[in-house]
Amino acid sequence: MARIEAEVGKPQGGLMKWIDDRFPFTATMKYHVTEYYASKNFNFWYVFGVLAFVVLFIQLFTGIFLTMNYKPAAADAFASVEYIMRDVEWGWLLRYMHSTGASFFFIVVYLHMFRAMLYGSYKKPRELIWIIGMLIFLVLMAEAFAGYLLPWGQMSYWGAQVIISLFGAIPWVGDALVEIIRGDYSISDITLNRFFALHVIALPLALIGLIFVHIVALHEVGSNNPDGIEIKKNKGADGVPLDGIAFHPYHTSKDLVAIIVFLMIFSSVVFFAPDMGGYFLEHANFEPANLTATPEHIAPVWYFTPFYAILRAVPDKLWGFILFGLSVLLPLFLPWLDRSRVKSIRYRGWIYKSALSIFVVTFFSLGMLGMMPAEPIYVLAARVFSVIYFAFFLLMPYYTTIDKTKPVPERVVYHA
Amino acid sequence: MTEDDLDRNRRHFLTVATAVTGVVGAGFVAVPFISSLKPSARAQALGAPVEVPIGSMQPGEMLRVLWRGKLVFVLRRTDAMLSRLTENADQLRDPDSAEVDQQPDYAVNDTRSVRPEYLVVEGSCTHLGCAPLEDFEVRPAEGWGGGFFCPCHGSKFDLAGRVFKGVPAPTNLRVPPHRFVRDDLILIGQDSGAA
Repeated sequence: MARIEAEVGKPQGGLMKWIDDRFPFTATMKYHVTEYYASKNFNFWYVFGVLAFVVLFIQLFTGIFLTMNYKPAAADAFASVEYIMRDVEWGWLLRYMHSTGASFFFIVVYLHMFRAMLYGSYKKPRELIWIIGMLIFLVLMAEAFAGYLLPWGQMSYWGAQVIISLFGAIPWVGDALVEIIRGDYSISDITLNRFFALHVIALPLALIGLIFVHIVALHEVGSNNPDGIEIKKNKGADGVPLDGIAFHPYHTSKDLVAIIVFLMIFSSVVFFAPDMGGYFLEHANFEPANLTATPEHIAPVWYFTPFYAILRAVPDKLWGFILFGLSVLLPLFLPWLDRSRVKSIRYRGWIYKSALSIFVVTFFSLGMLGMMPAEPIYVLAARVFSVIYFAFFLLMPYYTTIDKTKPVPERVVYHA
Repeated sequence: MTEDDLDRNRRHFLTVATAVTGVVGAGFVAVPFISSLKPSARAQALGAPVEVPIGSMQPGEMLRVLWRGKLVFVLRRTDAMLSRLTENADQLRDPDSAEVDQQPDYAVNDTRSVRPEYLVVEGSCTHLGCAPLEDFEVRPAEGWGGGFFCPCHGSKFDLAGRVFKGVPAPTNLRVPPHRFVRDDLILIGQDSGAA
């Protein structure tokens, strides 16, 4: 048969060629997967990008199934979540995977961002990857916030009340803006309905679009590495970076190990501690929204608390809003705040190493303080740490300039 | 047509004119979408006034009612409560209710009320919207003459809903439009024809 087809000039090469003539499948796979070269000395810190993908998939998948039983109406929402938990077969698993996934999304993304700070991955030529990444982070925060209103529990309602009221602090347009966000004179059925639309359609679409652009930008310039050197500067005769290995199969098999370990931890939480002692699912939220009484102790979910602590530390509504917004947006400017000649922490001096360590302690402390009641001692501590938080960013141009750096090697090195 | 024949001015004009028309068009299209986000006719209708019977209220008693989904406190103040309202002016940010948005004209007085006995304020902290808790106990040692305390961020208000200095809330609790229909009935959300 084959011979006869060749004789009459039928196309050769099978299905793949047929597709490739119409869609650049093989070329795309090569460019992004089998011939995408990333540094061979990647360490533990380089698994969180892939893990973020895994969590995104978990969230999208469980989210779709939750939508099939959830009702986005103030009168039905709380009961429909209980219905999912009690009457839908395996509904509790879908819901706990989704609620645990939300917290794990932030754990993974925070570690992913910290990796960039360790190894200077935001520095030239990767500024745009960092900026797109920060936009992903902002959309993720909005997505998590919108999702948190949906169960219509006490914390859903009053948490949303506080965060939406924040926008009322904006001079002149604040009150009108708040009314447009809520679509009503208070948080109501209408607000819940539109947050549902944002949570299941608008924000996930934005998230997926931004992640796509994030990857395209990354594959254009190439991945950074723990030494912070450009592996494309040393290429072999075949044009492949000498320190690079193909994403598939080398990095993918390493990532698979990370994914398995991640899923072990993730499953442990889902099955044995889905509320994580009140940190992943706040206990006040097991009560339906009560419009006449704010819970005694109100705090956002843990992933918002560092910024919330800064908001609360300011005894003025407008300035609280401004500093809160600034604390979220400042990391966006890291590529230009950091004036160091080297990327990686391995070759930086003691000043940056100390600054970054203090920053980590500060971020954790703010996170804890944000969960505490608004008592004077905690507010005072939050003020001190807020100053350190801003100092880390605003003084960076100075201390990264005077910091003594070590010589950076030509080729990547391995550390035990 | 060769390069020389090109009328670049004409091309530039057409490009700019097309872009401007497009942007203006997009602006018009945006109007219905943004308008759809505003409170709908039904939401506005549900914002109708509510009647609050106060005939059986004892001095010192407080009712919590919902108007437009917002919490409203109706407090029948005792004589002792009213007498303390004049003692704390120096601790307050806006003792004379000068902030016009926070109350109708008829509530700009020492008690921020239509009838001194009855305080009607929105139970929504002017900081970030939590519902303040009532704390009517007098504790002279703390300098506390009774009032409202917001559990979220620690804002404090006196028994006329006036904000204390040094707390995050910027303004006094809002007094909603209201009027006395009868001696034992308050209408919240409408004040035409009375003051």
